[in-house]
Amino acid sequence: MPGAPVIDEIEIPPSDRGSGGSSSAEPPRGYGGGDGRGGDGEGSPFPRSASSRRVYYTGIWLALAAILMFFMALVSAYLVRKGSGGDWRAIALPRVLWLNTAVLILSSLALEASHRAWEREQAAVFRAWWATATALGLFFLAGQYVAWRELAAAGVYLATNPSSSFFYLFTAAHALHLAGGLAALLYVLSRDWMRLRATAGVAAEVAGIYWHFMDGLWVFLLLVLTLGR
Amino acid sequence: MAAHASEVHHHAPPEGFLWKYIFSKDHKVIGIQYYLLAVVAVFTGMFLSLLMRIHLFWPNAHIPGMDGDFTPEKYLALMTMHGTIMVFMVLTTAPQAGFGNYFLPIQIGAADMAFPTLNMMSFWTTFISFACLIAAFFVEGGAPISGWTAYSPLSTLGSISGPGEGLGQTMWIISIAFFCAASLMGAINFITTLIDLRARGLTMMRLPLTCWAWFITAILSLLAFGVLLAAGILMLLDRLAGTSFFIPGGLVVSGVQQTGHTGGSPLLWQHLFWFFGHPEVYIAIVPGMGAASHVLSTFARKPVFGYRAMVYAMSAIGILGFMVWGHHMFVSGMSPYTGFAFSLMTMAIGVPSAIKTFNWLGTLWGGQIRFTAAMLYAIGFVTLFVSGGLSGLFLAQPSVDLYLHNTYFVPAHFHLVMGVAAIFGMFTGTYLWFPKVTGRKLNETLGKLHFWITLPGTYAIFMPMHWLGLAGAPRRYADSTAVSYLPALQPIQWFISIAAFITISAQILFLFNLIWSLKFGEKADENPWQATTLEWTIPSPPPFDNFGGHEPSVYRGPYEYGVPGYVDDYLPQHVEPGKLATGSA
Repeated sequence: MPGAPVIDEIEIPPSDRGSGGSSSAEPPRGYGGGDGRGGDGEGSPFPRSASSRRVYYTGIWLALAAILMFFMALVSAYLVRKGSGGDWRAIALPRVLWLNTAVLILSSLALEASHRAWEREQAAVFRAWWATATALGLFFLAGQYVAWRELAAAGVYLATNPSSSFFYLFTAAHALHLAGGLAALLYVLSRDWMRLRATAGVAAEVAGIYWHFMDGLWVFLLLVLTLGR
Repeated sequence: MAAHASEVHHHAPPEGFLWKYIFSKDHKVIGIQYYLLAVVAVFTGMFLSLLMRIHLFWPNAHIPGMDGDFTPEKYLALMTMHGTIMVFMVLTTAPQAGFGNYFLPIQIGAADMAFPTLNMMSFWTTFISFACLIAAFFVEGGAPISGWTAYSPLSTLGSISGPGEGLGQTMWIISIAFFCAASLMGAINFITTLIDLRARGLTMMRLPLTCWAWFITAILSLLAFGVLLAAGILMLLDRLAGTSFFIPGGLVVSGVQQTGHTGGSPLLWQHLFWFFGHPEVYIAIVPGMGAASHVLSTFARKPVFGYRAMVYAMSAIGILGFMVWGHHMFVSGMSPYTGFAFSLMTMAIGVPSAIKTFNWLGTLWGGQIRFTAAMLYAIGFVTLFVSGGLSGLFLAQPSVDLYLHNTYFVPAHFHLVMGVAAIFGMFTGTYLWFPKVTGRKLNETLGKLHFWITLPGTYAIFMPMHWLGLAGAPRRYADSTAVSYLPALQPIQWFISIAAFITISAQILFLFNLIWSLKFGEKADENPWQATTLEWTIPSPPPFDNFGGHEPSVYRGPYEYGVPGYVDDYLPQHVEPGKLATGSA
């Protein structure tokens, strides 16, 4: 993901291929500047097609900032609640969580491999890695469900203790956000290669950013749940 | 220019009533939808305050429609709903989502918001939230009684703690959760639009201050509403799933020992709530600051005094706004050192606030002032912000707050500084932009009459409340004659109620003006105020895609009024430097 140009011809109607193609020779990310605004503006055509793609990158990072604030609020509640009341009883975390974590990290790696295949324009390899990442994501969600069943079988429910309340809350909130990412991965997978390259390349890139973030977020939450126990 | 003009628009105007006016993705329609929602909400909220003022005037009167006796709980329900409706559905929707949706894209030369579909979803989620909130009146037990701050354990234990604390409070939390989601969607849209879709030549330091205000407000929303959402989910779980995040053990309510909860922290809710709640008051007021700056400059025919200082001051207010939430909790038993830190940060906000006030006055100084209704409301905004802000310095000191907390002094303070001031921001925006939205001006005479009743009326309502507070009258009391030391203050309550009746009645003038001018108002051309920013370069009302498929270019700052050496006293942002008529007027 870092610094990797995705594709050029995105969201440009066929009739505009000529002018659009020339203006999008710059990196599509647009964060590096050089977007032609802020100057006197004379002569240099404004790369509207680049800006119409750029909004998706800006948008996803903003969404992630909001999601991060949401989880930070939960984590700070966790730390405060643990320190107050004196009724905190640490729960034994299901071992399957570690397997799940490994699966999710592998999923991110697969997505990265898929990304590299994209750059080499290997359609089949791209799809294979992307499908692998998606499958591993599904596997993670199933694993989280197994963890809940294990805890429930041990008699640990949502309201048993504040520590279990937070465990269910963290995992459920994360799973919900991850499910959204999974929907995005499936959406990209449902597009065929040619259409993907023409119109939905941004979707692939943005879904990737979101997916990696959810991966990192899970590792962070797991660290809070284990170290802060 | 022409070569890539066709790239700008990918969407054609929608067909049919449903897609044009109901599920529209056009930022202008969505802006109007938000505005109308806020108008409905503000009259609802005002009606609730009217009922409260009637009750405070005649504590024993029977009010038609309020079945049975007017119990203290009913008063609390009115107060809770008044606060919630006003803060969320009025002060957070109209200034930001209403005006911002309509004018941010136009002022930056864009055809629409960055994500039109998200924009539509954002409005309809807000609408669901509003419907859910109003429905709380009609469920068993009625509306909640725990105030707009919903402090635990009153808000978490269920119907045992009072009528309205059953399903009513649950509806309230669900409504707030929807509102959080809607605000987050809106914030993402606003920030992205402003960062990525500005016209050529429109640098950040050439933005109208309205755009800066919406930008800063959106950042505050983005960082604050996720926290409230998290807190709301914890509260919902406490109420419905038996968890103990906010509910301590061993509570006895109405003589009944509460079991099933241990160790929760009511203060945790307060921290999470106010971490959102304090930025929220800036979410309400900052758009008003932007509108006031914009209008003062336009009708004083002078550039904004200290444009950059205005931008930095607004940013500083936004940043400091995240570090002061503890000043709402001085009496919660917090460490004096913590209280000192929060107090210091709070008073630090006085510095950027004073910079803004100084610059507003500097903008007026020596100007060729046109006293239009919009201008009057902008000046009114400045006075309210100053009078309400000064009492904030009293409340910011823990030792003074110890006495004033939960007295009438607090509602007096916040109604002036963020309540009515923000409403004045909306009025100034309405009088300024109505011609652009509808093609007709609002009636100026009615507008001025409306102002000259509303401004003194507002002061007549809220100034005496300071005295009530200093005399020790607690807020939220349904009947001030029922406590031994309060009846002596009852004449002040009468005075406030009479002022409220008059001021509220005057708002019908505004509503009448809105409706009457829509049909009979004086026709407005595309630039009725001789203003400089981009919204005045397109027809009134603007066409579907704003700039007709062309992207405007910007050559100068937004407030070039009264520049010497030119024929006109205003230099529009979009006119090329060589095409302006020079010479003396």
